[in-house]
Amino acid sequence: MKKTFRLEGLGCANCAAKMEREINKLDGVQSATVNFMTTKMVLECEDDKLETIVPAAEKIIKKIEPSVTMKKA
Amino acid sequence: MKKRLWRIIIGGVVLLGAALLPINNPWVNLGLFIISYIIVGGDVVLMALRNIIKGNVFDENFLMSLATIGAFFVGEYPEAVAVMLFYQVGELFQSYAVAQSRKSISSLMDIRPDYANVKRGDEIATVDPEEVQIGDVILIKPGEKVPLDGKVIEGNSMLDTTALTGESVPREIETGDDILSGCINMNGVLTVKVTKEFGESTVSKILDLVENASSKKSNSERFITRFARYYTPIVVIIAVVLAFAPPLLIKGQEFSDWIYRALSFLVVSCPCALVISIPLSFFGGIGGASKKGILVKGSNYLEALAQTEIVVFDKTGTLTKGVFTVQEVKPQNISKEELLELAAFAESYSNHPISLSLKNAYGKDIDNTRIANVEEVSGHGVVAEIDGKSVAVGNAKLMDKQNVSYSKEELIGTVVHVAADHQYMGYILIADELKPDAKKAIQDLKSAGIKELVMLTGDNKIVADKVAKELGIDKVYSELLPTNKVEKLEEIFHSKSQKGKLSFVGDGINDAPVLARADIGMAMGGLGSDAAIEAADIVIMTDEPSKIATAMKISKKTLTIANQNTMFAIGIKIIVLILSALGFATMWAAVFADVGVTVIAIINSFRALNVKKL
Repeated sequence: MKKTFRLEGLGCANCAAKMEREINKLDGVQSATVNFMTTKMVLECEDDKLETIVPAAEKIIKKIEPSVTMKKA
Repeated sequence: MKKRLWRIIIGGVVLLGAALLPINNPWVNLGLFIISYIIVGGDVVLMALRNIIKGNVFDENFLMSLATIGAFFVGEYPEAVAVMLFYQVGELFQSYAVAQSRKSISSLMDIRPDYANVKRGDEIATVDPEEVQIGDVILIKPGEKVPLDGKVIEGNSMLDTTALTGESVPREIETGDDILSGCINMNGVLTVKVTKEFGESTVSKILDLVENASSKKSNSERFITRFARYYTPIVVIIAVVLAFAPPLLIKGQEFSDWIYRALSFLVVSCPCALVISIPLSFFGGIGGASKKGILVKGSNYLEALAQTEIVVFDKTGTLTKGVFTVQEVKPQNISKEELLELAAFAESYSNHPISLSLKNAYGKDIDNTRIANVEEVSGHGVVAEIDGKSVAVGNAKLMDKQNVSYSKEELIGTVVHVAADHQYMGYILIADELKPDAKKAIQDLKSAGIKELVMLTGDNKIVADKVAKELGIDKVYSELLPTNKVEKLEEIFHSKSQKGKLSFVGDGINDAPVLARADIGMAMGGLGSDAAIEAADIVIMTDEPSKIATAMKISKKTLTIANQNTMFAIGIKIIVLILSALGFATMWAAVFADVGVTVIAIINSFRALNVKKL
């Protein structure tokens, strides 16, 4: 399943790279890309694990850049 | 952003006061410095503390806080505040520059329609384009964006297709024509029957493509993110060693001096300039290309394009128009117009592509009352009575059959002979026409340094060789079946060097396997052709092969900018690191190597968006 999220307030390119790296390590994530320029995250993951992945990803994002809010796009 | 600006100004004034006013009490002086520091950099310190609690130590805020607070402790009060001030100004610039480039990119994406006017019964409802279904009838008024793909059922108008094709000449549209979303309706009111859902329509596909293009990363971007991962920890470790080793090991060295140098290291250790500069350049390049009607599906393809050594073309539909047209009219004893008239009249009942091209060339209405007894001679041509004369129009076999002696010149294309009452009247040469910019396309590619240009075609050898010669193509493989094309491509692969890339350019019809096999598959005439958009890595929306060289120029420019940014950012950082280790650079230089370099790299990346002159 492929889902797109908008990361509002994404202000640091290196943070975006860090987020991408960390989220890709999550169990069930096939691929995650964080695009600094469009402030979008595209998440590809196993269907049944989506419910645990989304909050986990949000936690990672908040940890790396607290001012970012993750919204469905 | 405004709040931040005011904080910088007020903090700056307090700092100036602390530094310049003749205050004799050192405690008051220090107090003023601390106040200005809190005004300017309080949020950075707070952020750093908050991130440490969350277990996220080495971020920019932490490094800046540590460096400036450290400067306080070694007694460099004015410098501590000034460096923080400078950092904040840089950050402000940086976020402004990022916001600007995001804005200019989203203005490129400004083709997304906001609403559609759906006809429901007698009423017209304005709804979200996503809610419109196939078969619905929509109304498009002048000045509005076409929200969905469909067919015009009423009205005619001019369409502005600039956003899709980069072509500024408006296109005419009338009842019965297909209409594509993303165009802008210029004057007339159009009633359109929707043929595709929003998610499947041209505008959504293109937006999706361009937005996701940068997630396919270029090699240079991968390199730089990997570099950044090791860069920061290494610089921090060196900073720690620098702070403690020399004063402990060498006699007479002051701690404060070496700690100051180490603190400068911390400031330079931020990797942001590196990480931002590459993807930003590519994003600009992809955006710039789409302004020219060239869709690039990934940063990796834009990068590879600059390394192209061999370009392989399909002939029909790529270099030629794929439509038969009259190339030459050679009459004998009569005028050109008369010859064309005879041919067009005789062929008037046929729908064969050759007949159509004759009628097109004639261009006038055909008076049916002048034609009688039309007889089609299969494989030969047509014999008809025109104005009472027996007119034969067809190939050499027909002329032989009619006992007419005719011109036996070897010509490239299809020759249509005309005889009236067994008298030879001349011939008309019909051929597939070269695209007007095909020659320029080949020349541009040659001057761009492409080593070999190859053409593949299913057409016969005479035609293929002539086209190749006229255009200046190096190698031709003719009379190929579609399956042979992949084999030939494999062969051509052997003649390129290890690092060079091979691009194939086709029209996206019948050549999907070849497009997929090439390093870079480019499809022409993408506008309205889903097959081309699907199969290719780079889609040229218009029919112009000269855009291939344009795409290559954009690719080269983008790569140059990306390389400049990398060299510049890494270079300045290393120079400043060395200078501060030796004690020559102040913390000011360190801040410049951090935020200053980032801002300059961002501004440089902007150039990638500018493709006007390419």
